[in-house]
Parts: sequence; structure tokens; C-alpha cells
Amino acid sequence: MRYEAPTTSSEAAALLAAETGEAFVLAGGTDLLVRMKNLMVEPELVVDVKRIDAMRSIEATTDGGFRIGAAVPGIEVGEHEALGRAWPGVVEAVQLIGSDQIQGRCTIAGNVCNASPAADTTPALIAADAQVEIVGPKGRRTLPVASVATGPGKTSLAKGELVEAILLPPRPAHSGDAYLRFTPRTEMDIAVVGAAVSLTLKDGVITAARVALGAIAPTAIEVEAAAAAIIGSKLDDGAIAALVAACSAACKPIDDKRGTIEYRTEVAGVLAKRAAMIAFERAGGSR
Amino acid sequence: MKHDNSYTGQDFKVIGTRVKRPDGIDKVTGRARYGADASLPGQLVGRVLRSPHAHARIKAIDISKAEALPGVKAVVTADDMPVPEGLSGDLKHTLENSMARGRALYDGHAVAAVAAIDAKTARKALQLIEVDYEPLPHVTDVDAAMQPDAPVIHDWLYTSGVDPKPEKPSNVAQRTEFGLGDIDAGFAEADVVIERSYKTEATHQGYIEPHACLANIRPDGSGELWVTTQGPFVYRNVCAQLLGMDIAKLKVTSSEIGGGFGGKTHVWAEPVALALSRKANRPVKLVMTREEVFRASGPTSSTSMDIKLGATRDGKLVAARAEMRYGNGAFPGIWGMLSCMTSFACYEIANCKAIGYDVVQNRPKVAAYRAPSAPMAAFGVESAMDELAAAIGMDPVEFRLKNASKEGGQSHYGPVWGPIGIRATLEAVRDHPHMKAPLGPNQGRGMACGFWFNIGGQTCSDLNVGIDGTVTLTVGTVDVGGSRASLGLIAAEELGIPYEQVQVNIADTGSLGHNDMTEGSRGTFSSGMAAIFAARNTIEVLRERAAKMWGIPVEDVIWEAGQAKAKGSEHSNLPPLSLKDIAAKSPKTGGPIAGHNEVVADGAGVSFASHICDIEVDPETGATKVLRYTVVQDAGKAIHPDYVEGQFQGGAAQGIGWALNEEYIYGEDGRLQNPGFLDYRMPVCSDLPFIDTKILEIPNPGHPYGVRGVGETSIVPPLAAIGNALSNAVGVRMHHVPMSPPRILKALREDRRANRGPAKVA
Repeated sequence: MRYEAPTTSSEAAALLAAETGEAFVLAGGTDLLVRMKNLMVEPELVVDVKRIDAMRSIEATTDGGFRIGAAVPGIEVGEHEALGRAWPGVVEAVQLIGSDQIQGRCTIAGNVCNASPAADTTPALIAADAQVEIVGPKGRRTLPVASVATGPGKTSLAKGELVEAILLPPRPAHSGDAYLRFTPRTEMDIAVVGAAVSLTLKDGVITAARVALGAIAPTAIEVEAAAAAIIGSKLDDGAIAALVAACSAACKPIDDKRGTIEYRTEVAGVLAKRAAMIAFERAGGSR
Repeated sequence: MKHDNSYTGQDFKVIGTRVKRPDGIDKVTGRARYGADASLPGQLVGRVLRSPHAHARIKAIDISKAEALPGVKAVVTADDMPVPEGLSGDLKHTLENSMARGRALYDGHAVAAVAAIDAKTARKALQLIEVDYEPLPHVTDVDAAMQPDAPVIHDWLYTSGVDPKPEKPSNVAQRTEFGLGDIDAGFAEADVVIERSYKTEATHQGYIEPHACLANIRPDGSGELWVTTQGPFVYRNVCAQLLGMDIAKLKVTSSEIGGGFGGKTHVWAEPVALALSRKANRPVKLVMTREEVFRASGPTSSTSMDIKLGATRDGKLVAARAEMRYGNGAFPGIWGMLSCMTSFACYEIANCKAIGYDVVQNRPKVAAYRAPSAPMAAFGVESAMDELAAAIGMDPVEFRLKNASKEGGQSHYGPVWGPIGIRATLEAVRDHPHMKAPLGPNQGRGMACGFWFNIGGQTCSDLNVGIDGTVTLTVGTVDVGGSRASLGLIAAEELGIPYEQVQVNIADTGSLGHNDMTEGSRGTFSSGMAAIFAARNTIEVLRERAAKMWGIPVEDVIWEAGQAKAKGSEHSNLPPLSLKDIAAKSPKTGGPIAGHNEVVADGAGVSFASHICDIEVDPETGATKVLRYTVVQDAGKAIHPDYVEGQFQGGAAQGIGWALNEEYIYGEDGRLQNPGFLDYRMPVCSDLPFIDTKILEIPNPGHPYGVRGVGETSIVPPLAAIGNALSNAVGVRMHHVPMSPPRILKALREDRRANRGPAKVA
């Protein structure tokens, strides 16, 4: 196995593109190193991106959004005050990954690119309408987070491409987001179901909303019908019931060691309801 | 010298104090050496190839390609581990469990192993071993394994304990029965009868340290084994017998142990490591992965039970029946029998019958786990006790108190009770402030009781006095939970010297006589007894030496408060001699000063516990949070209260995990679905409240200090205590452990559908 630690994204892309064997990007390593240790992967090349400056910081963008470098560990995301004010739901999703020790290493980009259906940050980022900025042999492109994972462990990134940053859009006034997941344990666990809601209010009425669910389908999904159910409402009981029904209807989960179809379908609605109520309150709404 | 083990009762000087444990600093700084922390020059890496099938005939194993790989020094299969002449019964099963012979009996069963110069080569070699399997029908569920049409796993297994002897083999290894009186008459007398069925899933002991050893067999056939174990002497005896070696020629050294809980009382890959070393003529280090630990070592039984209890309207238990079907994994054991013996021990029931079935299935061989078999039986009995108390309108604690076993009473499994603590623990629960604390919505409180036998057994220890008067106590039980500190206190107490003057040493098998496993909560009880007797023997020597130094008869010398004193007015001019004074002169008064004791430590005292827990259920997700937990248990005498409390807390924590989330999940293919800590969900620290403890001290008459074992009893009540709390919180009665969120949510859903009628079976 070859280990490389380039200092620019384009060098990293070139190394990945040139490798004929199995090649992996190493950011925090909290997924990759475990898989290597368990012999689930045996890479020929590992490209460590932690020395690439463009991937190391959280910046406010000129349009009022945020750019989170792909190698920024979760703990730094949690410590960024402005980001926490604008996108508390995204930040709380990061803070649910693993444990304190894991968050010292793990990254949002790694969580998204690992393409687990149960990734905690992915639903929160989809609800936030976040994009990823990709560098590859053919240059740069951006892609909605929802389009990165195509199935468990599979992404739409082409050979040689890697994520340089996560882009969060500017936040209008009276907006709020929230992410909740269900795990039997308080930490060191993987979501059985995850639900994220982001919304914006005008005069106490929801004018825009996005709802996303995790661990209930091969990839995290956006549930437009659930958003439509609460847009135009003050999150009254009828709107919540419609949101719950839309979320449960959107679930296509599996029965496995972590939960049953029946359980995931029911709890997806429960968590979406609770996340919507938290997001609504964070946006300044009152029911 | 023969010593009396009777309780003498005394005012202790250092017993009961909370001194520092001598192994603490090494353990928290990473300096302590565990199973994987030993190395020898030229050592190889051992790895095991395991069956991917739940049940398969091994038609052929071709190891030629693996053997030809550069760096591979040995490949072994069952052919390299022949059955020694005369080996039979459990030992023969243990050998077959460590290496499959002709058939793989469960997912994870070892079929071959390699020793190579490094891990990568060993891994490659495993891939080059070609095993030709013919998959066979399998059965993993205990009830399914008992069906007449179930695949019969062993054609030599005929049910014992039934009359007439069966004509055909089956998966039922034995039927056992214990009880008293006439249950038909008893149930006829009952005003209220509760009859319920329960299931519990298999759990793993979950020790953080995987099985690990370093085996070194020399060309002359002698050898040594460094290993994480609860009993180096038993490992030595078993490994030597499995490999056809002379027992004295194998020296086993126990490392520090990163948890065992019964799972390190059985050998697993150790015989394989020894066979690899023998064949390679090099030391071999073998460390099991976490996945291997789950697939191939020590789970508990999975169980299925029918419990029936009857009481009169005034709260007298008049009849009880339990039929308990315990999975044994691939080889027969005694787990169903233990469930019978523990099931009704807490109560005085004139008419009771406990029937146990031991059933083989295509799962790893079941191993002991902290009060083995008792937690499941208690889940059934204690759940039904709560339902019965409710049915006759009695407080569950009062109902249990009214029926609690008492001194002089006849237990259902044989012994007549001596002084026991069940009543005292119940009274302490009844009077505990926890019982009166307010509860919020969706919160509930439950309580339950538990029993464990505790054991004694063969024990041997040495006490040596250095020329500076410091003392080395050498014991043959492993320090699984602070016993170095406890045994150091005991030696200090007997000799009348400060604790700091004693060093406790855990012997390897070359340095001391045989000691049974550190199991059955016997470590402090048995080694404590041997330490007391060794110290008393040492005092005899000290008196002789003092007499010699003074030139007076030994009869005139007494030992008091750490000093030899000459008694009688004719010796009033002789100042006392301290241990240090006598030790300093020992080279000239007869040489080293030492005391030894070997004993079968009889007189183990049974132990009872009663637990209280508060939980909160999220009715929309089925999640349970444990809010508060209190353990009350009888310790006999708490030698070192910190480590007694630690045992109470550890048992409760493991029981809580078992109650709520831990389970072996098998697929239709008979393969284990969750062989790792991610999906085998043991609780993490933040899942548990601080577990409060109350130590009761009802002296055990069979130990000089009154000690009972304390290590196991507190894993027994939590399953039922949580089930009872759940029922009180949200009105559903759970009959299937673990009471995981999907099972609870399903029960709540069915309960709502039934429009809050009587509690439903889940």
C-alpha cells in the first residue's frame, strides 16, 4: 500500500486518477481505517487530504453561506459559533457521529462520501440544500449532497474526483433546522432512522421547507411531499399529521439487525414531527 | 495443620477499609500486561480459519497451497490434534469445539489454523486453504431444535434423565427436575394462578479484551502458555490433556485479565495455538478478533420458558412450576439444570417443580456468564411474581417478603438454608428512599430479586516473609475485580501488620499447587480462606522463632497486634518482637519464614440481591432510559467495600444491557448477523445512571470472616426489574428479552389496538 499526502486538491485528484488499483481518500479515517483493519478493503493507494489548505478551514462565503473544508474535523464544526447559529441542525448532526473521540477525527465530507444510508450529516445537509464542491481531473463541479450517494457505499464521483468542501447556502431571517436520529444507545451507534427538517417563516407561517430522512432507503432521501405538507402552515396539528404520513409513506426500509420495516416506518414520522417542531421553534415560530 | 473455617466474628482493624489496589496505576496507565502483551524471540502469528456454514460436513481440507506459501511455518487441522487415548465427555467436546472434526457445527467453528511470520502472510495462507463443505440442515432456535422434525446435530446424543431411555437420538441432551411437595395439590389450593411463557435471546459476556495467548512448545515436548484466563491451573490441565502432554510439562501464566465474566473459564483457541507451536517448533501468538470472539466463544443460552405460579388470596405462594428450555450451543452442558436450581430459591413454596431441558443447536458452545443460567429463569419467575402480586392486590415487595425463604427452611434444590439475606434485602428495599421518590409521566419503578449459589473449591496459597519483614502472599486465583487488594487486607489483618507491608502475587502454574478457576464468586472467599490459614501457619513459625530468639518455650509466646509477646511475669523483661525484628534474624534462627495452605474451601455462602429501578419509556419510539438504579445485596462481609460495590454495579450494568438491547441475531442461513460491538449493543457509560449500592453483611458461617461471594448475584435481578418497571411505566408486559425499542413499540401498538385492555404478551 502506498500512502501519499499531497498539499493541493489537484495533486490529490491526479494521484487518484493515475492509480490502477483500489484507491481511497483519507480524511479523518474513522470509516476507512476501520474497514482496512477489518480487511473489508485492502487499498493500493491512500491519499491523505489533511495537508491540503483548501480543505482545512470553515469560511463564510461572499453570498452569506459557509464553506466547510473536506478535512475539517467534526469537533471544529461544533466549535464554529456563526455556523452553529445559522445551521444548528447541521451542526447537531455532526455532533451525533460516534463519540467525542470520533469527532476529533471524522469529517462531514467523509460522512457523505462513505455513502452509508444511515450517515447522520447527509439528511441534515439535504434539508439544508447543501452542495459539495468536487475537484477532479477534468476540473471543478458542484453537486447537491443528495446526488452524491447512489446506493450503500456507492457515490456518483468519477475516478479521480474528490470532495474539496461542503457548501451551505445563505440563511434567510426566521429560519431554523433540526436533525434527530434514533439509536438504541446514546452514543457509539448508527442511526436506525434519521430525520432532518429545515424551514423558513414569514409572519409565523412556513414559507419554505425541506425534509430529509436517513436509514429508511438505500440512500438518504428528500421527502418533498412532507415539506409540502407543512409549507403554508403554522405547524398546526393537521400539518404535522400530514408531515408524519408523508414521511412514513416515503420510507422504503429493510428489515435488519438494526430495526424492522415496521419500526423504521413508524419512527421516521415521529422523528420528522419532532425535528419540525424544533426547527419551527428555532425559526422563531410559536404553535 | 488443619484449620477451622467457622465464622468467629471479630473486630477488624483493616478489613473493610478502602485501600488502594496495587494493580490500579498499571491498569490506568497502560503498563499492565494483558493477553496480547507478551512476546518471545522468533514468535509467529497464529490465525484461525472458521466455518461460514451453520452446519456442514467437511469433506476435505487441502492445506498444500497454504503450506507452500513462503513465510508459513505450520498449518493445522483436526488431523494435527488427534483425540488422546481415554479422552471423553466434556474434554472431548472441548477439543472438537476448538477444532472441527469432520463437521462444522456452527458459524465460526474453527476448521484450520496457520502460523506464519507475519499477519499478512497468515491472512493470505488462510485464503489458500481449500475446504470442501457439504452444507447440512441447521437449527439455531431452541424450541425448533426440540421439534421431532429438527435436524439431529449429534447421532450419539440420547436424552438423559428420562424414563424410559429414548430409542432415538435428539437434540435434547438432558432433562432435569428439582422441587418439593405436590404441585397439583398446590395449584388446587391456589386462588389465583398466573401462567406465562417467556423467551430470552443469547448474550455474550462482552469482555473488552479478546482471547489472546502466546504458546511455546519446545522440541522436548515441554512448553509454556501466556494467556488471558480466569484459571491458569485449569487451562494447564485442560490444554495438556487435549494435546496429550504431561501436566507438569506445561507452565501456564495468566496475564492481567480484561474481563472474563465466566467466558475465560473455558479454553477456545489456546489448544490451537499450542498445536501450531508444536508443529512449527516456534512460539505462536494468537489473538482472536472481536468477530471471532462473538462467533466462536462464550455466549449464554438462548431460552424459552413456561412459568406458572399460584397463590392464595392472602398472599401465600402455594404452588410453582417452571419448564425451562436452555440452548447449549453445539455441545451439551448443564445450563438448563442450573436454571432449575436457581429458579425458585428466593421463595418458600411448599409445592414446586422446576424442569430443565438442555438442548444442542448450531450455535457456539455455551459458556458460563456471571451467575450462569440464573438471570433468564429469574426474568420469568420475577415477572410472573409481579403479575401475581398485582392479581391479588398486594404490594410486590410485601408479597415477596411474605414468601421469602428463611433460615432453617428447605430449598427447592436440596440444601436447608443457613442464615440468608433474602428477607433483609427486601426489607432494605422496602425502606429505601428510592422506593418513595416521585415519578413523572411514562416513568415506572420496578423491583426484582436474585439468587446465586457461590462456590468454594480447591485452593492453595503461600505466604513468605522477607528479611525486612515485608510479606508476599502468593495466590492461584486471578485478580478479576480487585482481589489483590482484598487478599492483601486479609493477610495484613491476620498478621496484624499494615496493608502496605503486604504484596500479593498471582502465581503461575509452576509456582503453586492447583487452584480451581476463579469462578462462582470464589476468588476472595476461597483464596481469602487459604490466605488466613497460610498466615496462621506463618504465625506458628514466627512464634517458634521468637521463642528461639528469647530462649523460652514456644508455649510462652503469643502473637498479638503484629508482635510476638512473651506471656507470664517471668518474661516481663522481654520486650515484644515485631515481624520485622523476627524476620531480620531469620537467617540465623532457621531460615526463611513461610506459611502454606492447601484447602478445599467448603462452606461457601449463598447470596441474594434485591434491585430497584426507575425507567422512562418514550411511547413513540419504544426507547427505554434507565433513570435510577439501586442494588441491595448481601456480601457476608465486605473485605474491600469499593470492590464489592464495583461487583454490584458491574453485574447490574451487564443485566441492564441484557434486558434492553444485547442479543445474538441469527439469519435464516444460521449465520450470526451482529458479531461486533456496533450491532451487539452493550450499553455505553452515558446509557446508565450512577448505580447506587447498599451492602448488607449477614455473616456466612462457613468462613472465618463471614465472607460470601459477591461477584455474580447482581446480574440476576435486572432483566425482571426492568420488565416490571416497564409494565408500571406504560402498561405493557414484556415477555421477550431484550426489551428492545422495536419490541416495546410493537407491544405498545398492540396494546393501543386492544384499547388498553389487560397487558399483552409481546
